[in-house]
Amino acid sequence: MWIYEKKLQYPVRVGKCDLKMAKFLMEQYGGADGELAAALRYLNQRYSIPDKVIGLLTDIGTEEFAHLEMIATMVYKLVKDATPEEMEAAGLGAHFANHDRALFYSNAAGVPWTAAYIQAKGDPIADLYEDIAAEEKARATYQWLIDMTDDVDLQDGLKFLREREIIHALRFREAVELIKEEQERKKVF
Amino acid sequence: MTVKVSRERVILVSDSARQMDERYYHLLHQLQAIDFVLIELNLFLDTHPNDVEALQQFNHHVQERWRIAHELERQYGPLMNYGHSFSGFPWQWVDAPWPWQV
Repeated sequence: MWIYEKKLQYPVRVGKCDLKMAKFLMEQYGGADGELAAALRYLNQRYSIPDKVIGLLTDIGTEEFAHLEMIATMVYKLVKDATPEEMEAAGLGAHFANHDRALFYSNAAGVPWTAAYIQAKGDPIADLYEDIAAEEKARATYQWLIDMTDDVDLQDGLKFLREREIIHALRFREAVELIKEEQERKKVF
Repeated sequence: MTVKVSRERVILVSDSARQMDERYYHLLHQLQAIDFVLIELNLFLDTHPNDVEALQQFNHHVQERWRIAHELERQYGPLMNYGHSFSGFPWQWVDAPWPWQV
């Protein structure tokens, strides 16, 4: 069960109409290491992972949906007043032809999201290492996005998201240790 | 419904997307700040369940969070659906602004 809360996790502001950034931000919306992939990856892994880390996967998976909403808000605010000509000039002509100003789960290059982006191996260590890698890749993407804009308002939201990736990766590393400890205990007794 | 012209394009602005005042943003930021503390403590406790100090901080902030959320809801309507918030009349849940509109 999920309950919706009518607020963003962190304020999202855009300082200027930087349409090119809207296109690049899509990487974190419907890309391989984006927020949708993250949420679905973690929540799906819960059913076959030891009880000790189900809570962590639930909580981080849920937080990813809050991040997805922040990215959506950034894109929405950037494109809402754009003309078709401006969309085309920013490389969003193909997007506009299909979706107008609607959001769509695709990456920065327009490739639609696919379940092939996420893994579920049923092996707790393999799954958690995948999660750590996903967080590190998302952190790197956020850094590239921050470097690609000079809009300090947009950078502020992106920096928050970058920091969250770091925390998530840290917590997943701790989860690996918890699983290893449990596996060791089972060997002793 | 009002109509404004922006960059030669006519934009329809629904009047349900009411302007929020300074107090709204103040309370919203307070809630976002305390929720940040809570999510951090929550994730920390997920991997450190025996940390008494973190747990005490968590429970303390839960209480403070209730206070801020209640204050925001009393003035600006329900934050949550499905019975986790009260609503005034008429049903306020469907009222704008939604999070991406503020």
